[in-house]
Amino acid sequence: MCGIAGVVDLHGRRPPDAALLRRMLALLRHRGPEGAGLYRDAVAGLAHARLSIVDLAGGRQPIANEDGTVWVVCNGEIFNYPELRAELLARGHRFRTVSDTEVIVHLYEERGADCVTPLIGDFAFAVWDARARRLLLARDRLGVRPLFYTMPAPGALRFASEVKALFADPSLPRRIDPEALDQTFTYWAPLPGRTLFEGVRELPPAHVLVAEQGRVRAHRYWRLRVDPEPRNRRPEAEYAEELRALLVDATRLRLRADVPVGAYLSGGLDSSVITAIVHHYTDNRMETFSVAFTEAAYDERRYQQAMARALGTRHHVLEVSARDIGAAFPEVVWHTETVLLRTAPVPFFLLSRFVRAHGLKVVLTGEGSDEFLGGYNIFKEAKVRCFWARRPESRSRPLLLRRLYGYVDGLSETPLAYLRAHFGQGLAEVDDPAYSHLVRWRSTARLKRFFAPALRDALTHVDHAPELAAALDGITAADDPVARAQHVEAAIFLPQYLLSSQGDRVAMAHAVEGRFPFLDHRLVEFCNRLPTDLKLHGLQEKYLLKRAVADLIPALIRERPKQPYRAPIVPAFLATEAPALLREVLSEAATVEAGYFDPVAVRGLVEKGRRLGRLSEFEAMALVGVASVHLVHDLFGAGFRARLPAPADDVVEVGAVTPLVT
Amino acid sequence: MQGTPECVIADFIRDNFVFDGTAVDPEASFLESGLIDSTGILELVLFVEETFGITVADDEVIPEHFDSVRRLAAYVRRKLAEVRPSVAAS
Repeated sequence: MCGIAGVVDLHGRRPPDAALLRRMLALLRHRGPEGAGLYRDAVAGLAHARLSIVDLAGGRQPIANEDGTVWVVCNGEIFNYPELRAELLARGHRFRTVSDTEVIVHLYEERGADCVTPLIGDFAFAVWDARARRLLLARDRLGVRPLFYTMPAPGALRFASEVKALFADPSLPRRIDPEALDQTFTYWAPLPGRTLFEGVRELPPAHVLVAEQGRVRAHRYWRLRVDPEPRNRRPEAEYAEELRALLVDATRLRLRADVPVGAYLSGGLDSSVITAIVHHYTDNRMETFSVAFTEAAYDERRYQQAMARALGTRHHVLEVSARDIGAAFPEVVWHTETVLLRTAPVPFFLLSRFVRAHGLKVVLTGEGSDEFLGGYNIFKEAKVRCFWARRPESRSRPLLLRRLYGYVDGLSETPLAYLRAHFGQGLAEVDDPAYSHLVRWRSTARLKRFFAPALRDALTHVDHAPELAAALDGITAADDPVARAQHVEAAIFLPQYLLSSQGDRVAMAHAVEGRFPFLDHRLVEFCNRLPTDLKLHGLQEKYLLKRAVADLIPALIRERPKQPYRAPIVPAFLATEAPALLREVLSEAATVEAGYFDPVAVRGLVEKGRRLGRLSEFEAMALVGVASVHLVHDLFGAGFRARLPAPADDVVEVGAVTPLVT
Repeated sequence: MQGTPECVIADFIRDNFVFDGTAVDPEASFLESGLIDSTGILELVLFVEETFGITVADDEVIPEHFDSVRRLAAYVRRKLAEVRPSVAAS
């Protein structure tokens, strides 16, 4: 688990530049501080920055097959590697290491580009077939691990775990793509395939890219199919039992490591379930970690501690203040490489640093449960709106929406007429595959009022419909609004924001690997077939999950209403003790220089926030959005050179192949 | 000199919702323009209560009263007219 990078010139005109590869590695070293390796031949160069989790002694990468003609660099883990290794050995393959990554080259020997399908894991890897002059890039099914690439010239391809490594080549332009900005200020992130930067692409989840003979093609190897059975075909208890068994297996698999594995405890159901399963089914006595907020509205420590006590874990709490969040925000943007509309990634950044300080490198965490087991309020919203759409004039139907939003969004006090106006937008568009998300996207798109006129002009004719349709490719269940909502969320928000900005990027900032039992693809496939009613039962979220784990989780946590994860914004950015850097970032001078936003509008927003000490949720998103755009503009623009680390001196160039083990 | 309800309200909207400083069209619908969303409406309620010393009942928070500068000013005038001068005992 680590950082990877590589360069290939498929026309064979220019051998890979070792200095470039070393600079790329230097920009990825936070992901892999424990060693680095390089492979080069006349056509391709592969680089790997190591975070040792499996085969600590022998698992250095890049790794080759038996005769040194196929090489791999991998960021991630193959959780079923012992089984795959045994099968490959039985079929006559010979291994050099006991690392999980090595199975990839041998599977490639047998299956070529289809080497991906037997893998259970979270991964982004590159295979270089030197004989065929073929490069294969692959990314896991749900988008846990990142993989970016650029094609600076015909036949030339460069890839890396983070965009910043691609910018190790100073001749590559570093420009924010206005269409990506437009998408971010609508969908909360660029759509799959696109990044914030012009000329930089990301391989979408569940895709494989093959580059050979000057041609580059990508295809999807796994489909996200949210295709629920129409009604319970089996007793509920049987579904619950199967869910539990799959979850236990997924969790056990993710404990496979040669280093200790810890867990995040958020105080919510999902992380509590994972930790309880480890406690109940294994001898592993984990250390658990939580963030506690000094701001009471965001704090969940009571629930975190209840769970830690119930399980007897060694529990560690990091207390985070608004000031901590403001101070860390710029560094977080450097790591996420994207525009943020919320500060929620920051506590995760601080948490991974805290985990590292305790000597751990791997944590289990609960992401994925909300998407696939029916946890989000937007699913309930979809259900209620469809119900209301059948009788739009009803007074009582839209009242159900009041039950959904109590907490920080403040919608519980919204007068009925305004609730109707807000959620009634596009009420009749029930046939739109993204029906569930239209209100949210329209609301978010209002943020573009803050764009500078020049930016708005540049975006007059932009149309995201084709990319959106591609992102939602395969969406089914036309008569099941909840299933469709799940698909939309899992195809867009999950990879493009949650697993990236709030997941991989901020954990790997401190070389901590997150593992997600709920994202085991066999479990995901099972969940996607579950009757919707077992996920959202009336308006009860995660119905089946709660039943499946009732004996493991205290009622206090099982019965909590869903608390969306939020972090403070206005106190972090605008209080008098907020960092001077943020004051500059939000200044009129910065706004004029960067040129993306209307300086008068930004000034008005900042003044309102300072005057009142608070902002509406919408306004807070605008504030974070403006700040992060300005930070990206600087960090990846004029300020980039200053951030270039010195190339490391511990890079091992692998050319002579290490002896085969067996 | 006190401004008319229209002026006071328009200034408040401009300073708190129209960040780029452009003047507010007194007839424009806040909902249709997206100027004030469903959480913003509560700010507006609080503002008129505090500024004009009136009490806004829950069922009076409807677009007919709140959805434009003109409508809100008319609503405020009606509420002010309802207030009877108190009969001072001392």
